[in-house]
Amino acid sequence: MNAYRAVKTAMTSLRRNPMRAMLTTLGIIIGVGAVIAMMEIGTGSSSAIQKTIASMGANVLLVIPGTAASSGVTFGTGSRTTLTPEDCEAILRECPAVRNAAPVVWARTQVVYGNRNWVPPTMLGTTPAFLDIRDWANLAEGEPFTERDVLNVNKVCLLGQTLARELFQEESPIGKEIRIKNVLFRVVGVLSSKGANMMGSDQDDILLAPWTTIKYRVTGSTLTTANQSSSSGSSSSLNTLSNVYPGGQPELYPERSAVQAANNPMPVRFANINQILTAATSAEEIPSAIQQITEVLRERHRIRPGEPDDFTIRDMTEMTRTLTSTTNLMTNLLLCVAMISLVVGGVGIMNIMLVSVTERTREIGLRMAVGARGRDILRQFLIEAVALCLVGGGLGILLGHGGSYLVWVFLHWPVETSPLAIAAAVLVSAAVGIAFGFYPAWKASRLDPIEALRYE
Amino acid sequence: MQLIELRAIHKTYYLGEIAVPVLKGVSMSVAHGELLALMGVSGSGKSTLMNILGCLDRPTSGEYRLEGREVSHLSSDQRALLRNEKLGFVFQNFNLLPRTNALENVTMPLTYAADHLSEREARRRAAEMLTRVGLGDRLDHEPSQLSGGQQQRVAIARALINRPSLVFADEPTGNLDSRTSEDVLSMFQELNKEDGITIILVTHDANVARHARRIIQIHDGVIVDDVSPGTGAFAEARSEKAFSTSETGDSP
Repeated sequence: MNAYRAVKTAMTSLRRNPMRAMLTTLGIIIGVGAVIAMMEIGTGSSSAIQKTIASMGANVLLVIPGTAASSGVTFGTGSRTTLTPEDCEAILRECPAVRNAAPVVWARTQVVYGNRNWVPPTMLGTTPAFLDIRDWANLAEGEPFTERDVLNVNKVCLLGQTLARELFQEESPIGKEIRIKNVLFRVVGVLSSKGANMMGSDQDDILLAPWTTIKYRVTGSTLTTANQSSSSGSSSSLNTLSNVYPGGQPELYPERSAVQAANNPMPVRFANINQILTAATSAEEIPSAIQQITEVLRERHRIRPGEPDDFTIRDMTEMTRTLTSTTNLMTNLLLCVAMISLVVGGVGIMNIMLVSVTERTREIGLRMAVGARGRDILRQFLIEAVALCLVGGGLGILLGHGGSYLVWVFLHWPVETSPLAIAAAVLVSAAVGIAFGFYPAWKASRLDPIEALRYE
Repeated sequence: MQLIELRAIHKTYYLGEIAVPVLKGVSMSVAHGELLALMGVSGSGKSTLMNILGCLDRPTSGEYRLEGREVSHLSSDQRALLRNEKLGFVFQNFNLLPRTNALENVTMPLTYAADHLSEREARRRAAEMLTRVGLGDRLDHEPSQLSGGQQQRVAIARALINRPSLVFADEPTGNLDSRTSEDVLSMFQELNKEDGITIILVTHDANVARHARRIIQIHDGVIVDDVSPGTGAFAEARSEKAFSTSETGDSP
């Protein structure tokens, strides 16, 4: 009995009782449908959870300059000024595992509006990329500053919730001007609330401005004078500075000629930044991102092999670990649910196949009388079971996919199509067909033809 | 060479500890082209004998040669193959596959052996067989659309599809009225006469048995009578006479 005839015989038998075939398949349809829907909704939820954890900064890598040392005295990390904004651009350009990078400069000084003042613990000069890396792009009010603001050294800033509340109370700060060290900054937006970080410090007590503005207009103008009143006498120098940068790109050096550039390819380093904030494309990419950043920076900083790095890269190990364990937990949970659904479906198939064997005892006897061997009968019933499971699996995939689509449409839950789940469902439903179809088929093949023919 | 040679066939069933002997030493032989009736009341052992002759069952002891080959010790798979190639069965309750048309019912035995036959060849042969039994115009009718006699003729076509050397008919007219019974029985006679197919009718009914050219009576597991009155015509006349005088149909 060749395979084609075996399949044809099984198909003919199935077609003879479409109602029974349909009911049998129903178990598998629901089982596989549940698996697919659970997998899609689950994967969606899982990646939403991962995204949430990632937004806490799990993918963030911090590049900080190395330590300065003089006569055996070291000054701690960040005390050397080796990082430049060009390093940041190079990282973004040359490291495929890095999603985004933003230079960061620090300042700490007083912010004044009307008769109110406040000293935010975090005052950062950066680029709009910072908001993307920290997952802070949804502002509570207004709009973020732009790359153009960074290039033009524009006096614009974003306020954190705490700072905005302290300075403006109930007023809307958008479009108002605040003074930072006697420089007038226009508030263009208010950040959404982020609350305290894991260490308990308030992340909303923050001011963000273009790094060029902070560098050249706030920290660069006079050195480390945190108290605004003490430098209030230097308002004339401020005016001078405003004339030096009347809104154009800062040109600290005369433009180099082509000959100069060829003779001395070393870029002119005219700005140092305090750190570079980068985000890896995903949690798994963090090790390769670290490696790529190290290579790029060692090359740019001309560090010979064997010499130590002049920078440090920090990652958020604690958060990454949380992320990994959450992902594993979700995957295992989904697997358990999927297995239970499929076993239920399989038991349904076995039940109906057993009933079917009893119901078709005479047919089995007849087939044996005209020359079917035990294994022919076994094969026929197995093929029937597997065919039912495969058809059920196919319909189940459609049902599950449709179900998760409806969930997405009506409940707006995150849903992700999972080709792996589909492939697994097809394989598993075939396996279920064989596993649960085997006992009834084996029972059928063991029937005695004489008894079977006499069966009423 | 005889088609069937039985020597001292015994068959004993065991109901727990109790041994129930059903066949107690049956010896007989059947030649090619015979039309034979196995007769006996229910419980006489005729069905058991038919199962053994039809290779559905094995005797407890004794020898059974089918076309000269000893078959009493064959495994169930070997017997399945033998049934497929050499034997055909017609049952009292037809045993057609429901919701399957006549043509597919007839081709069914071919799926288990005749790998050399193409699908088209198999269908052609089945159509030929159905035409032979007079159902050439009802190839695509399902059993529920056929009368009892027609269903039995489909079953006969199915029994003949593998060109067997021996056809068993187990109470073939048990579910038919007297007129269609006559039709079916004369079809057996015709197949026997024209195609030379050996046919064994198993029945308790003397009316059926009289269509055979040789009648074997079984009682309590042994052959009590074996008459073969030469020609079919004689047998018919004799049986009719016997039937009119005695209900059992025993020869006078």
